Amino acid sequence: MPSAVQAKPPGGQKRVALFVTCLVDLFRPSVGFAAVKLLEQAGFTVEVPEAQTCCGQPAYNSGDRADAQAIARNTIAAFEGYDYIVAPSGSCGGMLRCHYPELLAEDPQWAPRASALAARCYELTQFLVDIAQLDALDATFPSRVAYHDSCSSLREMNVKAQPRALLGKVKGVQISELAETEACCGFGGTFCVKFPDISNSMVERKTADIAASGADTVLAGDLGCLMNIAGKLKREGSNVKVRHVAEVLAGMTDDAAIGDAE
Amino acid sequence: MLHPNSNAFTAESTKAIADPQLQEALGVLRTQSIPNRLKAANNLAEFEQLRDRARDLKDHILGHLDQYLLQFEEQVKSSGGQVHWCSDAESARQTILKLCREAGAKTVTKGKTMIGEEIGINDFLAENGIEPVETDLGEYIIQLRHETPSHIIGPALHVTKRQVEETFREHHTDLDAGRSLEEPAALMAEARAKMRHRYFEADVGITGANFLIAETGSTVIVTNEGNGDLTQMLPKMHIALTSIEKVVPTLDDAMTLLRILPRSATGQELSVYVTFSTGPRRQIDPDGPKAFHVVLLDNGRSAYLGGPMQEMLRCIRCGACMDHCPVYHAVGGHAYGWVYPGPIGAILTPALVGVENAKHLPNASSLCGRCESVCPVRIPIPKLLRHWREEEFTRAITPATQRTGLGVWAWFAQRPAMYRLAARWSMRILRWSAGARGRFKSLPLAEGWTRHRDFPAPQGKTFQDQWRARSRR
Repeated sequence: MPSAVQAKPPGGQKRVALFVTCLVDLFRPSVGFAAVKLLEQAGFTVEVPEAQTCCGQPAYNSGDRADAQAIARNTIAAFEGYDYIVAPSGSCGGMLRCHYPELLAEDPQWAPRASALAARCYELTQFLVDIAQLDALDATFPSRVAYHDSCSSLREMNVKAQPRALLGKVKGVQISELAETEACCGFGGTFCVKFPDISNSMVERKTADIAASGADTVLAGDLGCLMNIAGKLKREGSNVKVRHVAEVLAGMTDDAAIGDAE
Repeated sequence: MLHPNSNAFTAESTKAIADPQLQEALGVLRTQSIPNRLKAANNLAEFEQLRDRARDLKDHILGHLDQYLLQFEEQVKSSGGQVHWCSDAESARQTILKLCREAGAKTVTKGKTMIGEEIGINDFLAENGIEPVETDLGEYIIQLRHETPSHIIGPALHVTKRQVEETFREHHTDLDAGRSLEEPAALMAEARAKMRHRYFEADVGITGANFLIAETGSTVIVTNEGNGDLTQMLPKMHIALTSIEKVVPTLDDAMTLLRILPRSATGQELSVYVTFSTGPRRQIDPDGPKAFHVVLLDNGRSAYLGGPMQEMLRCIRCGACMDHCPVYHAVGGHAYGWVYPGPIGAILTPALVGVENAKHLPNASSLCGRCESVCPVRIPIPKLLRHWREEEFTRAITPATQRTGLGVWAWFAQRPAMYRLAARWSMRILRWSAGARGRFKSLPLAEGWTRHRDFPAPQGKTFQDQWRARSRR
């Protein structure tokens, strides 16, 4: 990417494009700012391409391949020319990294561009640990936390150790592992509204697991799971707080937790 | 063919979730099936490599299926048996009926066969005056209860021990009403005693087959109770009822699959019995059936060879995908409405009965991918579920409301400026409606969410708006 090289700031810092994700953009912008702070701490220049909307997963997972492809092309065009693409989500990161190449495999013009993008795309905690090798964090969070692995982080992006390693650097954090870390929380995008009773049965198991862990805060790297889990915990009257892991890692926990009153 | 009820999935799943006995019975998946498989997989250093080999082997077979099936038939013939090629359920039923009549059968014992369920053989034989007797404990229980299997290797998985006891007391009225059936072993012993004489009465024994070995013409069954051996050894005729994708080239290949099948299925290193049957009784054999028949069912499978769904035909029927599926954990097997439940059922059922007759199944998944992560032959189940979703979308089987909603969203998602504008105003309105409460108890158009959960309110201004304001400063 010659243009990217030319556009590098004088200090030689590498440029990260933040794929903020539609859910963070709409519902919890503070996660986006936490991600920016962490990436800047790690020594990267962060940019937010304006033409981004959504990764296209709702279309892709609903069988609407043509729209998913169109959205993928827009996203690729918007994110080419950066050293890295980072998303505070394993789900959206997985869409860019694992599914765009499949989605555009038959398109001779776009297939190589999709693959080139995919190779530079990371989930936030994965990027901070594996690429940025961030070794210190300026954050304190005296809390017993359970970390929920989103299915896409775990199985598409192979993210499991990274968020835990980072949380280990936050002062005051104690991790209580959930008994069933591999189990889906029942969000699944449009699945949770198409099959509300099944989704509820799944999230009930997750909140029971959370209660059994003794954690006072649940963290995850995916806002979809977090909104689902928070929504269920609130409906059950639980006091457990729900936050995106980036907020804790960045020391930005002044905002009300997800679903909590201000 | 067993009539599919898969389009009632949504209603059936809601009923299943509200059934406390079913929920109790399903608990075994999380407390036993999952940890048992994990332990077995971890105890075999080359387990992951074996999965790769098994996948490659099955892909090779599916690429040369005609060749291996013809070789298998040759070998069956040369050992004195016969192969019956059946393109659909009806021809398989008629073939079996004809064979049973040739044997003058009044009673047929049966080992576990999912293909038997696929062609509805029990009801068909009964309608024609031949009594089918299930000999697998789970199958025996559900036969007494007039139910269908809810799991491909644990047909009575949906039944609690207490319900089995009730069923036995209701049907075994000749036994002492005061007997204790507290221990699972007592239930097992009672079923055994009830079944034993039936093996000797039977004129025909029908089993399934886990593998068909092309180089020897053998059929292989993998069992734990020993009922399969008695079913195929004692009557004068053995019919192996099976489907075309079960063939493997050699005994060695069968061994490769045998190393991963029980580990994936029950967490056993090997099942208690693995029985190889090659032809009818020879002169020198002390026992065995006088006639050996293989009924080989296609039932639509061959149409998927060489196409985008071919990978589903790798399946060796271990059941690990359903054991690990959170949707199966929630609703059990019957809600799926046909023979094969769980993730493999959600891709196989649309293939075999038509996607329009199983339209919910590919959608009833959060695509969590845990099935693929445990599948011994690495079937990419989420990818294949998406394939059916695309087929439904293309053929307009997807409901119009969903298509319209998706269309509106996709229109905005492809126009960033319009998208930002719509996002800005909708989030402002949502934030304003929520006030300082931080969440909604109910929300128009979001009943699916708020039926069981609160809906977290947005923080207010979108990230993109705030970022641009920050950049301008």
